[in-house]
Amino acid sequence: MGFIALTTERREAERARRPPVLLVVLGVLGLAVFAVPFIGLLSRVPWTDLPELLSSDLVTDALRLSMVTSLTATLVAVLIGVPLAWILARLEFPGRSLVRGLVTLPLVLPPVVGGAALLFALGRRGLIGEPLNQATGLLLPFSTSGVVLANTFVAMPFLVITVEGALRNLDRRYEGAASSLGAGQWTVLRRITLPMIGPSLVAGLVLTWARALGEFGATITFAGNLQGRTQTLPLAVFVALESDRDVAVALSLVMVVVSLAVLVALRERWWKAL
Amino acid sequence: MTKATTASSRILSLILLAVVACSVGVDASTSATDLQGEVLVSAAASLTDAFGEIESAFEEANAGVEVILNLGASSALREQILEGAPTDVFASADTSNMDQVAEAGEVAGQAEIFVTNLLQIAVPAGNEAGVTGLDDFAHEDLLIGLCAEDVPCGEFGRQALAGAGVTPAIDTNEPDVRALLTKIEAGELDAGITYVTDVLSTEGTVDGIDIPAEDNVVAEYPIAVLAGAPNPDAAASFVEFVLSDQGQAILTGYGFHRLDD
Repeated sequence: MGFIALTTERREAERARRPPVLLVVLGVLGLAVFAVPFIGLLSRVPWTDLPELLSSDLVTDALRLSMVTSLTATLVAVLIGVPLAWILARLEFPGRSLVRGLVTLPLVLPPVVGGAALLFALGRRGLIGEPLNQATGLLLPFSTSGVVLANTFVAMPFLVITVEGALRNLDRRYEGAASSLGAGQWTVLRRITLPMIGPSLVAGLVLTWARALGEFGATITFAGNLQGRTQTLPLAVFVALESDRDVAVALSLVMVVVSLAVLVALRERWWKAL
Repeated sequence: MTKATTASSRILSLILLAVVACSVGVDASTSATDLQGEVLVSAAASLTDAFGEIESAFEEANAGVEVILNLGASSALREQILEGAPTDVFASADTSNMDQVAEAGEVAGQAEIFVTNLLQIAVPAGNEAGVTGLDDFAHEDLLIGLCAEDVPCGEFGRQALAGAGVTPAIDTNEPDVRALLTKIEAGELDAGITYVTDVLSTEGTVDGIDIPAEDNVVAEYPIAVLAGAPNPDAAASFVEFVLSDQGQAILTGYGFHRLDD
């Protein structure tokens, strides 16, 4: 009797240790959804011509422009997105949930809709764009600043929601203690609040930058497509797909390698905060 | 484990049930005409409105067939076909993209030219920038848009500009003619080069300025059934319809020219 009970127990323990086959199969299928397209891409890479392809004007212009615009957009997001996150986390005001919804809207909206909305608001004939243009001569569509704006619109929500979440989870007693010891508001923000949300801030920055780097729809709709001025890496890939497939594949490879390197490098260190 | 298996087999049977239900649905929709199923037609963006009407007319004549229009730049459509997208009919805005598809052995039989089209300068209604001709495309202070170089309208537009001896000060290269038209319509661009048919399609929000015949480029539109067509009979019938008097009348209604014009 006792022997039988023991083997049954052991069997059950073994069963518990063995991963459920179905779950593993489905999980691997899930992984395949991500992996297979990249294998397809890699199978088309013209390895021997790669150095030559990557040194063409089209590629270097797009790479430079993508770096400049995505990093500028990230910087803009820090300057205005972090304060916005602070407002959402700390201030009580009517319609806050509506504002929060508005902030996350670009995450779910097709970027092309965002681009069209930007055009209606800030285009030459736009609601704000027209008076702005008449007053200052500033024209955002078809300009590099337009690309930065489109990138910021699409990518900043990542920073706002990450930082807002961190601020709300922060134990406010630390800030209270600092204040009671005589620290001013700015000192508390600089010495206590920002360092404590540091990991979330960095995670938000990385996500924002990565999203900005990959931005396509809002950019081509709002800022157009001109080499050296508004043609970022994703736009260059799109155009090259129809004219020179090797260039398109080479450009895609650059994007995959750069994005993957950054995401993998930062994942272990920072993403735990998410 | 056993619970998971039961749940998964339940899900599986649900999926199977759905699949069976779908195929039964297809069978049930069989109508009296011989032709049935879907016909996927990849057509140049400039054919958007005309093929929309042709689609309805063809479906009316063939109750069992559903036409699915896949509209885009001919160059983009070509790439989709060459990468194996299951397409029945290809209607290109130029012969070069059709030739590339034919060279890859993807055309069944021979492509046929079914209409021609002419280029026109498109400006926002009212023409605030005072554009008068191709010469204005060299002005740095005007906002000028063209189709991207490998899109037929971009290639033809550049040919026309080169013919007129103008180096354009381009502000954007749009992915297809409709994208370009939209930005001109919105007044964000001062001028662009589209087809006559595109300007007509806007019904007044875009003004057309004729390009002199010696600089203009005649775009020839070929159509063909594809070698890998999943529904070759319906595809052939669709092409026949486009070439028929009824199809041609629809196309000329949108400003396209018949071959014998």
